[in-house]
Amino acid sequence: MDRELKAKMEAFAKELRITALKMFGHLGFGHVGGTLSATDLIAVLYEGVMRYNPDDPQWKDRDRFVSSKGHAGPGIYSALALKGFFPMTWLDTLNCGGTNLPSHCDKTKTPGIDMTTGSLGQGASTALGMAMATRDQDHYVYLLLGDGECNEGQVWEMAMSAAHYGVSHLIAFVDYNHKQLDGTTEEVLDMGDLTAKFAAFGWYTQEVNGHDVEALYNAIEDAKNNHEGRPSVIVMQTVKGKGVKWIEETTFNHHILLSKEQAEKSILELNA
Amino acid sequence: MFKNAYTNHPDTRTPKEVFPKVLGDLMTKDRDVVYLDADLMNSIGTGGFVGKYPGQAFDVGVQEANMIGMAAGMSAEGKIPYVHTFGPFASRRLYDQVFLSVAYAKNNVRIIGSDPGVTAAYNGGTHMPFEDIALYRAIPDAVIFDIVDATQFEQVLKLSKDFFGLVYIRTPRKKVIKVYSDDSQFTIGKANVLREGTHVTIVASGIMVAVALEAAMMLAEENISVEVIDPVTIKPLDEETILASARKTGAVVTAENANIHGGLGDAVASVLSCNLPTPLRKVGIQDEFGEVGTEEYLRERFRLTPDEIINKVKEVMSMGR
Repeated sequence: MDRELKAKMEAFAKELRITALKMFGHLGFGHVGGTLSATDLIAVLYEGVMRYNPDDPQWKDRDRFVSSKGHAGPGIYSALALKGFFPMTWLDTLNCGGTNLPSHCDKTKTPGIDMTTGSLGQGASTALGMAMATRDQDHYVYLLLGDGECNEGQVWEMAMSAAHYGVSHLIAFVDYNHKQLDGTTEEVLDMGDLTAKFAAFGWYTQEVNGHDVEALYNAIEDAKNNHEGRPSVIVMQTVKGKGVKWIEETTFNHHILLSKEQAEKSILELNA
Repeated sequence: MFKNAYTNHPDTRTPKEVFPKVLGDLMTKDRDVVYLDADLMNSIGTGGFVGKYPGQAFDVGVQEANMIGMAAGMSAEGKIPYVHTFGPFASRRLYDQVFLSVAYAKNNVRIIGSDPGVTAAYNGGTHMPFEDIALYRAIPDAVIFDIVDATQFEQVLKLSKDFFGLVYIRTPRKKVIKVYSDDSQFTIGKANVLREGTHVTIVASGIMVAVALEAAMMLAEENISVEVIDPVTIKPLDEETILASARKTGAVVTAENANIHGGLGDAVASVLSCNLPTPLRKVGIQDEFGEVGTEEYLRERFRLTPDEIINKVKEVMSMGR
């Protein structure tokens, strides 16, 4: 791949992590683990893959992005602010009363958010609906699913339907960090072989290291070129809290306290 | 504009006959109109629609939650979705999906819940939605119709096309009593006074409108003058019309084919108690589960009858304000 693009995506991922940590530090807590595990994908999408226009968030020909794991909001807000969808000063208002940046993604509040999510499983179906409604257009609908979220039956209802309708411009990602709120995905509800499950429903499947921007980029290209009329899923092996050692090592890191000082120290680690 | 055409005779058409015709017309005229059903197309008269309207009609199978999400996503892309399933699945089964993916997200979906209340008849208590009105009333901005007859169903299907937001239409599928003249028109948030009276007001919705009109005729023979109001939309509720009538009569009875808790009766009671405390009695399901049987049996069993309305009218008139 283009070495320059790879470097840009990597740099953007780092910038996203730093920006998100500043948001969390400002607030003192948040969904840190699952934001950092999905950061590299968000960087690849917004720096390398997606078509969008910050001056016209509703641009008809844009690619759509639905984070069905709505709690990854802060990572996406970081990308949207850095790309100019809204002022960087908004980032300091995360979760404050009256904010445009709520804990979970809300299309009625945040420019650049394509769908309101937060009740797990629902973003999956809405993304499918968006893809089906725009079959004659040439953009893609990207869908981010959490691994814990895949406990929801609605995800598999969507999986059945997307395959049945041959929705080939829907590309889903599973943020497989192996942790959900109450413990590991294996302890809480072991889902077995997730990739095989999607394949059994008729999806084009790939597994990649979700922190390797080049692998992610290539997987998306591959999905576009080889789906043969099927929806695609890219199961990303990730680490919850990726990029900051102490957060990675925190067992329950779905929602954590994070002081301003801890955030600053974490940012130093990222910059090291 | 509407006209009372009630004669206690069945409508010439059933809602099940109206649905495919009107929906088919809407889809033909506007390619953005889409229709999703969860394996109940043959029950509502739209069998064959998937082949007839490719890219517009979708039978998504037995998966209501995903169906609502798909409809919400389609609406976000400018489509105008109509969704149908039986009432219990259109309300309690997919409540969170309707709440979040449609209403909270400000998407635009019309949901038709068929076989409300006792009209579920042979499908029995498991399929008998007495609670759907209460559930939808609790969703901000939801619009709720309780369909009276085939004419109203046809007009509501048409007028809801250009309304943006969440619309819930509960409708019987089979034989209904004709209430409205064929040329009647309806407005969201505007109640219809079907019969004027001075002694008591009956606010009735859905299949209970015809029952209320029958009771009103029987009461007229006893020189009791009854005003009968169809709210048309239970939400938003036409408070002005209801209050004006209550001011005139001083006594109100509500009648609904649903649980009296959270339904039309509570909506009317709330408006009255906040603005014009008025004696009130509620005819409806008295906080019970449904059961199986013919619709005629169930109407008697759950006291959705002219006699019960008459009892409640006499009770409420004796209370005095």
